[in-house]
Amino acid sequence: MLDARSRWTPYWQAAPLALVFLVFFVLPLAITFMVSFWTYTGYSIEPAFVGDNYASAFDKCLSSLPDLCTTFRTYLSTLKFCLLVWLITLVLGFTIAYYLVFEIKSPTTRIVLALLTTIPFWTSNVIRMISWIPLLGRNGLVNQALMGAGITHEPIDWLLYSSFSVTLSLVHINTVFMIVPILNSMSRIDKSLIEAAYDNGASAWQTIWNVIVPLSKTGIAIGSIFVVTVVMGDFISIGLMGGQQIASAGKVIETQITALQFPIAAANAIVLLAVVLMIIWTLLRLVDIRKEL
Amino acid sequence: MKKSDKSGLSRRTLLKGSAAFAGFVGTQAVTGFPAVHADEPITLRYLSTATNQSPAIAAKAKEVTGINIEYVTVTTDDVTKRIVTQPDSFDLVDTEYFSLRNLIPSGNLMGIDAKKVKLVDKLATAMTKGEVDGKKIGNQGTAPNKVFYLEKQRGKEFAKEPTDWITLIPTTYNADTLGIRPDLIGRPITSWSELLNPEFKGKASILNIPSIGIMDAAMVNEAMGKVQYGDKGNMTKEEIDKTIATLIEAKKAGQFRAFWTDFNESVNLMASGETVIQSMWSPAVTAVRLKGIPCTFQPLKEGYRAWASGFGLPRTLKGKQLDAAYEFINWFLSGWAGAYLNRQGYYSAVLETAKENMEPYEWAFWMEGKPAEKDILGPDGGLLEKAGSVRDGGSYVERMGAVACWNSIMDENAYMVQKWNEFIAA
Repeated sequence: MLDARSRWTPYWQAAPLALVFLVFFVLPLAITFMVSFWTYTGYSIEPAFVGDNYASAFDKCLSSLPDLCTTFRTYLSTLKFCLLVWLITLVLGFTIAYYLVFEIKSPTTRIVLALLTTIPFWTSNVIRMISWIPLLGRNGLVNQALMGAGITHEPIDWLLYSSFSVTLSLVHINTVFMIVPILNSMSRIDKSLIEAAYDNGASAWQTIWNVIVPLSKTGIAIGSIFVVTVVMGDFISIGLMGGQQIASAGKVIETQITALQFPIAAANAIVLLAVVLMIIWTLLRLVDIRKEL
Repeated sequence: MKKSDKSGLSRRTLLKGSAAFAGFVGTQAVTGFPAVHADEPITLRYLSTATNQSPAIAAKAKEVTGINIEYVTVTTDDVTKRIVTQPDSFDLVDTEYFSLRNLIPSGNLMGIDAKKVKLVDKLATAMTKGEVDGKKIGNQGTAPNKVFYLEKQRGKEFAKEPTDWITLIPTTYNADTLGIRPDLIGRPITSWSELLNPEFKGKASILNIPSIGIMDAAMVNEAMGKVQYGDKGNMTKEEIDKTIATLIEAKKAGQFRAFWTDFNESVNLMASGETVIQSMWSPAVTAVRLKGIPCTFQPLKEGYRAWASGFGLPRTLKGKQLDAAYEFINWFLSGWAGAYLNRQGYYSAVLETAKENMEPYEWAFWMEGKPAEKDILGPDGGLLEKAGSVRDGGSYVERMGAVACWNSIMDENAYMVQKWNEFIAA
């Protein structure tokens, strides 16, 4: 009796979360996958099993090589932002976390500063982005300041509605996703290891590279997963800050949904999911999160 | 448990019975007897975009007819989605004629009985016949007169000749053109082709709603003499390819500053001077002007791209609710609401009754294209135009008479959206 109960206890404990995942994650995903094989007209979607939606997602992608088709070009643009934002947020996140953990001696100050990094979370994504527009616009504050200081004579156009502004806003939004997990891993590093490194004559860079980075790997991997998934699926930041002129995989899906083309949007969503999963799988090959935790 | 279940069931049956009875009484009411209002007021759930809703109209309707209007506010695309997927979630919908090609085959809207619409003969001929002042106007795209009538009440096909079953009763319509910043351009703009004029490199914008954006692009292409269209509102694949090719070429040359998808984005682009020429909607131009920034809704020689929206009834509506919907529609056409909409710069379905509800100087300004005798106030009492100013595009006849094409959904819509994404990715 006791044995039986203890055998089942973990399952019961896991059940609520499993149920939530099943209803809000697995089921919608299964439906999306199913619908991606259906056919559609402007006003209806019909159950079917056709590959047309995938075929049109990759229309002429092979025949037009070496030129890139729309889908490849869209993914290239999305991946470019993904890589750029990942790199910048990683450097920023690592530096900030390092500063908080190793340079700040007082725990109270550390907590206060760590909380400060979460301030961007206090307002919505969209408001955070819109606030950049009056700053970066053609007649915005930055341009006025630059011209007022005599640095430029004409307003700089690439500050807004450009890859620059998109990257800026994505970094702004996502850096905190890097800081928190890296901070978490770093604060678990035994300080005596650092002292040992110094005692053995390692320079500051050697200590960072050979001791701190390897021991923060879990945090880096978790942060990277956050950033990559958010950026790959983003269409709001890229749309708003890119002036709707820059393609992203998410934007394509959104356009198709608004045109009531659910099956082809579902097919694109599945493709996007596959790409993101591949990236995460690669990341997980580099770091065994389960072991490190 | 069982007991309460049972009583619940019988209560519901009773309600059903009384609703059917009330429906019967209501039907009588429409034939001429004064409307019978039950003790509890009827509420109509009115589905539309925010643009088509105004608390003032709902309040006036309540005062006159006793009907509660409960606005359900969604985006244009969601209006379509709601009709297709949840026809039970509203009692009255205000949607655009161009969506009808998707809505009618879904069978979720029913024809409106022309016999129950008192002013049906007074509906603007621009809607019913595609004529203004007796002259034919542009019929390309989904012109309302092409989709105005159904073969039968629950028909899924449009009738070629007038019948008693109307798809949508017009609420508002207008003719759109490009918005410009005259202070930053400093010369007359007369053609759609100016949108892609390299002079405005990096200062132009087009709207990123594919089905409307492509029409503006078509107006530009035709004005530039690059493409001749059979029907701009229903292009062939080849015409779509050519249209998008011009757009891609312009985009690569850096013509566009940004694209916009909603009203406020278009206002901000123009007000901040990021763009000086762009696709725009009439109320957005007014919004820029209300900030004290000069902005013109520029009439162009190739004409306007028009749109129209109207009331539709879900197929499931019946009984008292259905009668209330007809009563509300009849009230809506009777003038007060029409005058209210005319004062916002839209055009109303029945011009005569709207005129009766407007001051002569207001009518002269909004509808006859004459200089304002007095300051023109908006529906909320705010100053819209100073005395002496003239409405962009002139009179109703000049403006609606110069319509070149109508907002539309093409047969090749799926292909068009695919090509549009290509344009965005270019």
